[in-house]
Amino acid sequence: MAVQYNLKRADFIFRNENDWEKILSRTLQRDKQELINELISSELKGRGGAGFPTGLKWKLTSEAKADQKYVICNADEGEPGTFKDREILTKVPFKVLTAMGICAHITGATKGYIYLRGEYKFLRPDLEKAIKEFEYYCNEIDFDFSIEIFLGSGAYICGEETALMESMEGYRGEPRNKPPFPTNEGFMGKPTVINNVETLAHAFTIFKHGAKKFYDLGVQFSRGTKLFSVSGDTPKPGIYELELGMSLQDFVDEFGDGDTKAVQVGGASGFLVPRKRFGETSIGYKGKLTGISLPTGGSMMLFNSTRSMFNVLDNYLEFFREESCGQCTPCRVGCQQLLIGIKAVKQGQKPASYLDKLLKLTETMQLTAKCGLGQSVANSFSSIVENFREEMIY
Amino acid sequence: MSKKISITINGVVYEVDEGKTILEAAKEAGIIIPTLCYHKDLCVAGNCRVCVVEVVGQTRLAASCATPCHDNMEVLTNTLKVRNSRKQIIELLLSEHNADCTKCYKNGNCELQELAAEYKIMSQDLIDLVPHKFYSVDMYSPSIIKDDSRCIRCQRCVRTCAELQGVNALSVAYKGDKMKISTFFEKSMNEVVCTNCGQCVNHCPTGALIEKNYIEEVWEAIADPDKHLVVQTAPAVRVGLGEELGFDAGERVTGKMVAALKCLGFDSVLDTDFTADLTIMEEGTELLSRLKKALVENNKEVKLPMFTSCSPGWIKYIEHMYPDYLDNLSTCKSPQQMFGALAKTYYAKARKLDPEKIVSVSIMPCTAKKFEADRPEMHDSGFRDVDYVLTTRELAIMIKQAGIDFMRLPDKKFDRLMGESSGAAVIFGATGGVMEAALRTAYEIVTGREVPFENLNIAPVRGLEGVREASIKIENPLEAWAFLDGVELKCAVAHGLVNAKKVVEAVRNNQASYHFIEVMACPGGCLGGGGQPIPTSPEIREKRTMAIYAEDAGMPVRKSHENPEIIKIYEDYLKEPLGHKSHQLLHTKYTERNRY
Repeated sequence: MAVQYNLKRADFIFRNENDWEKILSRTLQRDKQELINELISSELKGRGGAGFPTGLKWKLTSEAKADQKYVICNADEGEPGTFKDREILTKVPFKVLTAMGICAHITGATKGYIYLRGEYKFLRPDLEKAIKEFEYYCNEIDFDFSIEIFLGSGAYICGEETALMESMEGYRGEPRNKPPFPTNEGFMGKPTVINNVETLAHAFTIFKHGAKKFYDLGVQFSRGTKLFSVSGDTPKPGIYELELGMSLQDFVDEFGDGDTKAVQVGGASGFLVPRKRFGETSIGYKGKLTGISLPTGGSMMLFNSTRSMFNVLDNYLEFFREESCGQCTPCRVGCQQLLIGIKAVKQGQKPASYLDKLLKLTETMQLTAKCGLGQSVANSFSSIVENFREEMIY
Repeated sequence: MSKKISITINGVVYEVDEGKTILEAAKEAGIIIPTLCYHKDLCVAGNCRVCVVEVVGQTRLAASCATPCHDNMEVLTNTLKVRNSRKQIIELLLSEHNADCTKCYKNGNCELQELAAEYKIMSQDLIDLVPHKFYSVDMYSPSIIKDDSRCIRCQRCVRTCAELQGVNALSVAYKGDKMKISTFFEKSMNEVVCTNCGQCVNHCPTGALIEKNYIEEVWEAIADPDKHLVVQTAPAVRVGLGEELGFDAGERVTGKMVAALKCLGFDSVLDTDFTADLTIMEEGTELLSRLKKALVENNKEVKLPMFTSCSPGWIKYIEHMYPDYLDNLSTCKSPQQMFGALAKTYYAKARKLDPEKIVSVSIMPCTAKKFEADRPEMHDSGFRDVDYVLTTRELAIMIKQAGIDFMRLPDKKFDRLMGESSGAAVIFGATGGVMEAALRTAYEIVTGREVPFENLNIAPVRGLEGVREASIKIENPLEAWAFLDGVELKCAVAHGLVNAKKVVEAVRNNQASYHFIEVMACPGGCLGGGGQPIPTSPEIREKRTMAIYAEDAGMPVRKSHENPEIIKIYEDYLKEPLGHKSHQLLHTKYTERNRY
């Protein structure tokens, strides 16, 4: 049987163009409102995983009144199974810096930060060199904007935007109460745009090629391309730029090893999709008209039949138990209960029906946790337990 | 006037001020939402999640303490979803908590226990996590016990230590399942910058932070026929104790307290207020002598402004944080320690008692007093000056244990010697009180006239502003004080160490030129002390403050130097303020400490 090849590969992000200076100076000449409208019409959504419309974010920040505003590039790439931002910052840093500059121009910020994951310390010297070059050019064209690198210290939670800002301000990396949102009160209490590395890289593409080019890719509600970090049981792990809206079946046909049992979409905080659902699942943002659509930060982990889904879940839960900031009850205690709970079921200390209690618990976590971390533990837990219940018990 | 918005709670429309949280709006509407991490004294944390409510149109529940109301917002506080979520959160907290309630000091006065009772957590489905944890109990401080196994990580203590006190002895350490409230390098509380103020104890919803209690020790001493038990009661205790024993906040129970102490078996029930008056004599004289040395003799060695030294939390704070200002502290011991030193000397001699057989107990609104009594320099009587310090709460426990029907007790009067006091001493319990008492006496010493304020009430130093300033111009002084003619005596009053910090920084940066500064470690002064009844709130402290000033207004003697027992002790024993005996018994020195 011939495999129908439906994946649409793209090459925007890593195409090396060496024209950032031109793009920057050209875009800075343009009307701010027009730029915002262009970004909004592209329907670019946050590529960190949450999918907030980027144009709206910039618009809200540009409308906020303050004496100081900030642009932050979130490079705290910590989701298990993602490694795309590292490549962007290594290969095309100027796209990111340029987009930050354009964002600053639009919103009125004069200061930018790159919150770099602690484990990416090795990127710092090259990135600093790039920033120097970028700032030199900004100075040359009389554009008042500078960028500083802030190095994280290894906590997963600091990828959450408000925890990241707390961390930058010198406090414990704990998420804040929302509202207020960063667009109004972000870093140092000032209006702040915070975007994922990849989002900024796409913004560069949009300002270079125009919104239409981006919009024409992908499907309704999920426009444009996206980088995918492919790992696990696959003959070709790596980073791929693909159009959004693809079906998971097509993805597995391309990247699977022929024995793919399940795919974890979106890392530890994402969903596990079992083989029987590959066909009906597409990758994109919520709002797709038919079938299940899963948002993702781009982590795609493939598991074949040799993998125990109990071990997979056990691993994720151990991760969450440790990486929860610990401040809110549902997340801190919930993660501990889930981990110890599935072990107890596996070891026969608790009946199989205890899994249902744990599923109820994840519902509470989803409803009541303070930030995305605690809220999304339910994703992997329920999708794994519901689809591989027997593996949890026996 | 702030803008009004309308919000629907459980189907009823309410008008609320814009900016109010859902929790506040609900409270105004008389709808109770349970809370744990929320405290009126502190900033909003929103971390316990017990206060979640449903906001129509949102899939997730909102923490009502942290969510501002919006116009036309529709809130449901009592749906199945809300109740189940809250119940599960309480269950989660209990699973991580050493819920051995009958063996807990806070049994019956625990917010988690109350919620568990309210939500009828009858069985524990979840796995008990306590055996999997390595909880530790820190018992090394003479004032505070920190039991991590009772902690629910609400961070009220952390916020208290940072926001009210600016000390940051307690902070959050580690993350995830290992997250805990800890100290610098996890040292014990007696080794770090902790001032023992006990505000964390006062704000802790559970039994994780409690005072170190000496109830059994005192019962044993009472039962020992060879011992003579002397008890002193601090001014703020009489306006707080009632709250533990069925009275409303702000009720004065001085006479009942004395009667109860007599019932408990103390041989002599005396008053710290007596030594508060004595403190005024010594400290007032010290201030005047400093002023004289500075203004007349031009002595550069003399340090001004002079800081009060009654609050042991403040003393330890300045020892840690501003050791270069130790010479600015009055050398006067606190009233408690003056009392202790005199109980085993002056009192023992007058009552013909062997000081070795005297057990000196003090009832304090304070946990730092336990540490103070424990200081090595507090042995000037030749013995440990104060043997046991009990908080207001511990006294209430003893009264309950003794089966005393406190509400029906007839009022009794303090015994003599060292039981008589003035209104000036009572107001030591409120912030600004020491300043007011000192001014009443010092002004009169200098000018021969009463302070120029109606009814002796020096209004500018009263109130609950964090820092207050006052000045009083000295005109036509007596001949001996002629050098003070025309001098404007500048004073400042601060309560809560975070405010103390502001004042000291202002002094350090030459932004203010004060002569005399009163600092009390706790918000509201001693009446808001760490040993006072729980709960505390700005409203409760205000009621206690009113009670303190009412007590003062009703006293026949309002000025320390007119207290007959004070006149007598100088005639019979001390001779004069700052005299030889005073120096030996009533004054002390301070120690520089680490900054962590």
